[in-house]
Amino acid sequence: MKGLGTVFLYILLGLVAVLTLAPLLWMVSASLMPTGDASAFPPPFLPARITFAHYTRLFTNLNLARYLFNSAFLAVSVTAISLFVNSMAGYAFAKYRFRGRDPLFKLLIASMVIPSQVTMLPLFLMLNKMGFINSYIGVIIPGMASVFGIFLIRQFALSIPDSLIEAARIDGAGDFRIYRSLILPLCKPILVTLAIFTFMGTWNDFLWPLIVMTDDSMYTLPVALANLSLEHVQDTELMMAGSVMTIAPVLILFAAVQRHYISGIMAGGLKE
Amino acid sequence: MGGKRAVILFLGPALVAIGVFFFVPVLAAFALSFTDFDIYALGSFDYARFVGFKNYAQLLADPLFWKAFRNTLEFLLIGGPLSIGVSLAAALMIQSKLVRWKGFFRTAYFTPVVTTLVAVAVIWRFIYHPRFGLLNYLLSFAGIGGIDWLGDQHWAMPAIILMAVWKNFGYNMVIFIAGLQNIPAELYEAASIDGAGHLQQLRTITVPLLAPTTVYISILTMIGYFQLFSEPYVMTQGGPLNSTLSIVLLMYQQGFRWWNMGYSAALAFVLFAFIMAGSFLQSRVQKRWEAS
Repeated sequence: MKGLGTVFLYILLGLVAVLTLAPLLWMVSASLMPTGDASAFPPPFLPARITFAHYTRLFTNLNLARYLFNSAFLAVSVTAISLFVNSMAGYAFAKYRFRGRDPLFKLLIASMVIPSQVTMLPLFLMLNKMGFINSYIGVIIPGMASVFGIFLIRQFALSIPDSLIEAARIDGAGDFRIYRSLILPLCKPILVTLAIFTFMGTWNDFLWPLIVMTDDSMYTLPVALANLSLEHVQDTELMMAGSVMTIAPVLILFAAVQRHYISGIMAGGLKE
Repeated sequence: MGGKRAVILFLGPALVAIGVFFFVPVLAAFALSFTDFDIYALGSFDYARFVGFKNYAQLLADPLFWKAFRNTLEFLLIGGPLSIGVSLAAALMIQSKLVRWKGFFRTAYFTPVVTTLVAVAVIWRFIYHPRFGLLNYLLSFAGIGGIDWLGDQHWAMPAIILMAVWKNFGYNMVIFIAGLQNIPAELYEAASIDGAGHLQQLRTITVPLLAPTTVYISILTMIGYFQLFSEPYVMTQGGPLNSTLSIVLLMYQQGFRWWNMGYSAALAFVLFAFIMAGSFLQSRVQKRWEAS
């Protein structure tokens, strides 16, 4: 009885794993098929002949290198800036006593229920006046600081013993020195988690770059892919190659850090 | 500890960024929703006039808004519980004592979560292809034929829901696994000594102890699902016959395609109100649950 249950469970788990991964595997397979081959019945699972023509075309005719650069540059910039800004604020909320600290923190936490779409119209008008539409700065600005990031770092920094900070102060270290050489290294685990979250979030983001980037040369990968897919509806294999190029970087990053990433979500989920 | 100058130095950048680029826009959006800000006002703000509740009144009288509202609700009320149900089932299977290679299954199921939504929507558009799509090919073995998933107004939303479940269930599954790991093993041991079967243990231990996790996940899922946008944008453009038009897609079209920014801001605030109401409702449910 127990053996039968185990077999059944494994079959079910295996089936779900196949269903979960099949669309992604099919994407890779179709991207290597000659043009038109994917549109057949029954749909072929593997390419009859492998071709990299679609990838070549993406890079030579369709400006993919530029989109790749835009996406990478924005994701790296937002991650670096927000990590710096959020870690300072999180540390201050955790370890400094000042008037209005707790109400201020509560206000920030409460603001998390406001969906970002609410801010998009005025933000667009503001950036338009400042001349930042269709620029990297326009995408970076709303990502510079995040309440979620400040919250995560504060929770982590609370566990750092005050005595450590006192000792550093007695040794003559200034406030910024303590932050840089003591707090940041101690916060490394949460900073790494937050960096992965931010990088992937910025890379995958669609609505805001779609609004800000009006010129083809400024598109991020998701914006360019959405655009291409509406123009080249029939060109299945080319679209799959574009999807591979969009997904592959985050998937490779995920494969490298998946333990860290998943445990970060688990910890966040428990805290509430 | 520490001086005032340090606090200003550390908090300043974050507070300025959040204040100027989040709180100010929220207030400005509220003001904007009471004006007739349109493409002319985009040229010069002088053209925008205060119109009171006109946008909100217009919105409530707009059949397109109610269509978008019903679609978003359908996505939320069917897709939400479905995603959470699949997440819980997957978490229970993986955490079963009978299963090894937990890490492999966990990572495999989680993979769609990290992928780019736009790319995934492009892939699924072809999976749903009426003639050459994988889904109809699989269904043909069951004798079901020729459903035009994204071209039929009755099937487009279910198709988007199915894709969303595939994309998202891994996230909540991981949170459920964390919740399951927090349930003390002794509880199950004691129950099985008392002769409780697997199903009974599930009902009397697992489900009640997972309740806080479930409420947390429900709120998270609801907030995310209310913001449905990329899937219909890429897969259907809101069609066919507006059957997949969502609130955010309507807001985007009104605000950034037709430049009816006053009207669009009113839509954004209605979205905000729904999310607030939903979160409030769910936290009340949790309080009642905890009280009983």
